Amino acid sequence: MSLAKRIIPCLDVDNGRVVKGVKFVDIRDAGDPVEIARRYDAEGADELTFLDITASSDDRATMVHVVEQVAGQVFIPLTVGGGIRTLEDIRRMLNAGADKVGINTAAVFNPEFVRAAAQKFGSQCIVVAIDAKKTSQPGEADRWEIFTHGGRKPTGLDAVAWAQRMVEYGAGEILLTSMDRDGTKSGFDLPLTRAVSDAVSVPVIASGGVGNLDHLVEGILQGKADAVLAASIFHFAEYTVRQAKERMAARGIEVRLP
Amino acid sequence: MTTVAVVDYGMGNLHSIAKALAKVAPGADIRITHEKSLIAAADRVVFPGVGAMRDCMRALHELDLHEPLRRAAAEKPFLGICLGMQALLESSEENGGTLGLGLLPGRVVRFAENLHDAHGEPLKIPHMGWNQVHQLAAHPLWQGIAQDSRFYFVHSYYAQPAEAALVNATSDYPAPFACVLARDNVFAVQFHPEKSQQVGLRLLENFLGWNGAC
Repeated sequence: MSLAKRIIPCLDVDNGRVVKGVKFVDIRDAGDPVEIARRYDAEGADELTFLDITASSDDRATMVHVVEQVAGQVFIPLTVGGGIRTLEDIRRMLNAGADKVGINTAAVFNPEFVRAAAQKFGSQCIVVAIDAKKTSQPGEADRWEIFTHGGRKPTGLDAVAWAQRMVEYGAGEILLTSMDRDGTKSGFDLPLTRAVSDAVSVPVIASGGVGNLDHLVEGILQGKADAVLAASIFHFAEYTVRQAKERMAARGIEVRLP
Repeated sequence: MTTVAVVDYGMGNLHSIAKALAKVAPGADIRITHEKSLIAAADRVVFPGVGAMRDCMRALHELDLHEPLRRAAAEKPFLGICLGMQALLESSEENGGTLGLGLLPGRVVRFAENLHDAHGEPLKIPHMGWNQVHQLAAHPLWQGIAQDSRFYFVHSYYAQPAEAALVNATSDYPAPFACVLARDNVFAVQFHPEKSQQVGLRLLENFLGWNGAC
């Protein structure tokens, strides 16, 4: 008996609709976050992450409504990220039914926000999202830097040291995305995942680059991640969450198969 | 129609538990409340909570809820969840030592540093995710729930009751720890049934149908 490694499908939501193509055959409305969340839940997803990519903050109320709808029907942990900048943003999402919030850019610009959020709401609901890119040259020791604005703006912050600092400030979990791998379908940045996981005491979710089920296995076995997050392989129905878990189980990884 | 008081003392998100209760019992009258009269009048009480023990006890003190909770735990079906389980014990190591409600004998301790799993991998704190729950004794709340089912946990501290007979179920991290305490009409769980999908909903459904007898 032991703790299962988690699979977390991620849904990008723009103004209340899931974007990136979703091709479930028997879903009526492929952009409906509630319907997609229900599907992942039925397949055995361990948690769900919603990333609000709405450009205008005026439309953020839409995301609150989405979370309310999902939380009334899906009874697994829900994380909401994207545009979380104030304690009030967090409170609204938790009241809507989210269990955790992901803080990304706001943590970089104001690290004390993470401390305040953890003190007010508890570390268990504060996920710090880190977007990292490799900046070391070939032949040098590996080094990754935090980038903001979708990977366009460097910050000079070392990713491993930053993760440790965020845990000190109260992060209960780290969502680690390799901006080099994101969207490439070539697998996680395993040395990055391993370096961060070894450096922090809290669980690490690996993200960015999943193209097949073996990538998920590698993230756990080589990257030492506690959970793996993926979007497109599930959205395009290339694989179901159930298939992913069966592959992980076959490779000796403890998973939950409801 | 059963009435349920979900005790609201400002510690965390109670909407999830209220939504899960509404899902399994659409007809139930569910009140998220810190009103003593509603807690006293309810047929059953859910005592949830996340966060730190010291804040929890301070909030209970400010709202003067110690006595209403003691009375509820003495006389009606009572479900403690997560921090709401830990607070039932006498004390916690958290925040340099904090007194609990003392409704169950025992204390709350932190997972040790540098724990490792059976493969030698370091274990992270908090204990977060789906772990198996090993039922040690039959109970009406386990009806329809398979032995060793996985429930969702997130915590860094765990209950260490003073009486072995209180332990109704254990989980391993890596050593077995008490994840369910049960005595008479009180059932207290470290995991989150409201976030544990079908098995969690079934446990809540069983609670809503439970008369408090074992």
